[in-house]
Amino acid sequence: MSPQAPSTRLAQRRVRIIKERAIEAVLFLAALVSVFTTIAIVYVLVKESVVFFQHVSIVSFLTDTQWTPLFDDQHFGIIVLLSGTLTSSAVALSIAIPLGTIIAIYLSEFAPFKVREIAKPFLELLGGVPTIVYGFFALLFVTPILQWFYPALPGFNLLAAGIVMGIMIIPYVSSISEDAMRAVPMNLREGSYAMGATRFQTAVRVVVPAAFSGIASAYILGISRAVGETMILAVSAGMQPNLTFDPLEPAATITAYIVQVALGDLPHGSVGYQTIFAAGLTLMLFTLACNVAGHMLRKRFREAY
Amino acid sequence: MAYARDLTAIRKLIASHKRWDLVFACTGVLALMVGVLTFTALFVDMAIDGVPRLTWDFFTNFPSRKAAQAGILSAWVGSCLVMVVTAVVAVPLGVGAGLYLEEYAPKNWVTDIIEINITNLAGVPSIVYGLLALGLFVYQFGFGQSILSAGLTLALLILPVVIVATREAIRSIPIGIREGAYALGATQWQVCKDHIIPYSSAGILTGIIIGMARAIGETAPIITIGALTFIAFLPPSPVTSEPPFLNFEWLTSPFTVMPIQMFNWTSRPEAAFLQNAAAAGFVLVLMTLAMNGFAIWLRYRLRKNLKW
Repeated sequence: MSPQAPSTRLAQRRVRIIKERAIEAVLFLAALVSVFTTIAIVYVLVKESVVFFQHVSIVSFLTDTQWTPLFDDQHFGIIVLLSGTLTSSAVALSIAIPLGTIIAIYLSEFAPFKVREIAKPFLELLGGVPTIVYGFFALLFVTPILQWFYPALPGFNLLAAGIVMGIMIIPYVSSISEDAMRAVPMNLREGSYAMGATRFQTAVRVVVPAAFSGIASAYILGISRAVGETMILAVSAGMQPNLTFDPLEPAATITAYIVQVALGDLPHGSVGYQTIFAAGLTLMLFTLACNVAGHMLRKRFREAY
Repeated sequence: MAYARDLTAIRKLIASHKRWDLVFACTGVLALMVGVLTFTALFVDMAIDGVPRLTWDFFTNFPSRKAAQAGILSAWVGSCLVMVVTAVVAVPLGVGAGLYLEEYAPKNWVTDIIEINITNLAGVPSIVYGLLALGLFVYQFGFGQSILSAGLTLALLILPVVIVATREAIRSIPIGIREGAYALGATQWQVCKDHIIPYSSAGILTGIIIGMARAIGETAPIITIGALTFIAFLPPSPVTSEPPFLNFEWLTSPFTVMPIQMFNWTSRPEAAFLQNAAAAGFVLVLMTLAMNGFAIWLRYRLRKNLKW
């Protein structure tokens, strides 16, 4: 067998290099899709919101205390929807953050291997249940139970929605916090035990402070989940805009309002249609602020070992 | 004497500290129980209300104004078709992006931007994806309120999940495998195609299944693109009897999906429809449980069989 002529070998090599480059370019484009998604989200939200803010001044958007974009007497006070979002999120986080943290500390520092092996997948399943199912559960199971304790509770209320939302968020908080705690090097714990500290003292005074940046990002993720949660609220907290910070009342959130408008048939290009983009932009800015805060917290409390 | 007194005092102190250990361990178990009990209550509640409605007819009937005759045929067919579009779009894009970031990407600002961006996208509320789809797919591109729009939306939504899973799976492959292949003269793509992708496929599959389980239960973005809730017909069949045997008209067809059907029934006051909602919810919970359970089992097996 005679060796190939150098010219054919070179030609083959060139073809191969071109093929390699082409594949790399295609993979790069796949990676760029996520950047395009972000650009597209910002573009769509800002474009429609700009038209909206030509009708409604930003000042009245931020200060008006009524939200009636679908009535004849139109008012656009986002604070009304924001109050619902903040109240329900506060209820949810007051459940998810303590319980999630306790579960994370327990699983990371106390639980026997067997318990952890069973509990972790279970929590993951809990986080995988569709939110519409949680909404149904809040409306038809949790609310009746709460009404048993407090008969004046209306059928739609922020409390039941917030409680169920909190339980839904527990797995997010606990799994990230636990990962952060387990990443704390063993010799820190050993040092603490050698000084005579108990498990609880070690967990609270050594492990938690060392893992704080990870725990903080778990909290931030929990907050953005709570603020962006839609179906639980749309189903069980009602869709009536209501300026209130009382969880015992029904109130629409930003997300529930978007669902309500999308369910009706508002013509494309009407002010009502544009309100949902302005509402979405508010939501997006809020979660963006959370992400930035989380990033700064992580940097501030990062412990390197 | 003083020594003995000190000793009892110290013993007391130690005992009280140990008590705190016990108290906290109990609190931890209780906190876990809150999750377990909620999940059990949810499951049992759905089962009690829904299981009596789970007959064959429930799966083969269209939604109806009469609760007893209503079924989820159009909903589960719609869910399946939307999932097909989601998978076809999200899997190649997600795996490609993960592969690029782990194997090809140079360390520069472009890569940094892509990485930060993926982290941020994972935290964007799902309803915002719905608004993106409404503005872009439905009106700008003119896809309308179709299976195509819904599938694309959910694909973008689960893309970060697939990318992160792909990257983790690829990262766990030891560098020696790559070096061995390069030493034998393999090109970068040959290394990826023959080694990296096959060895990471189980981990990637886990991510894809978890992503799909999330997509199948997503309601908000699909409502936002304006999917109709009363659909008493099926999209045109994707497979035909004449050549070319494939038909893509279904992509532009109006549709409904399981969670939307459930939402529609939940928002009605009649108890009979609430039962239908419970039945649809039960099916939905079983589907997501099965998918997530399979993914967890796969990951568990993978961890046990890891050879390197």
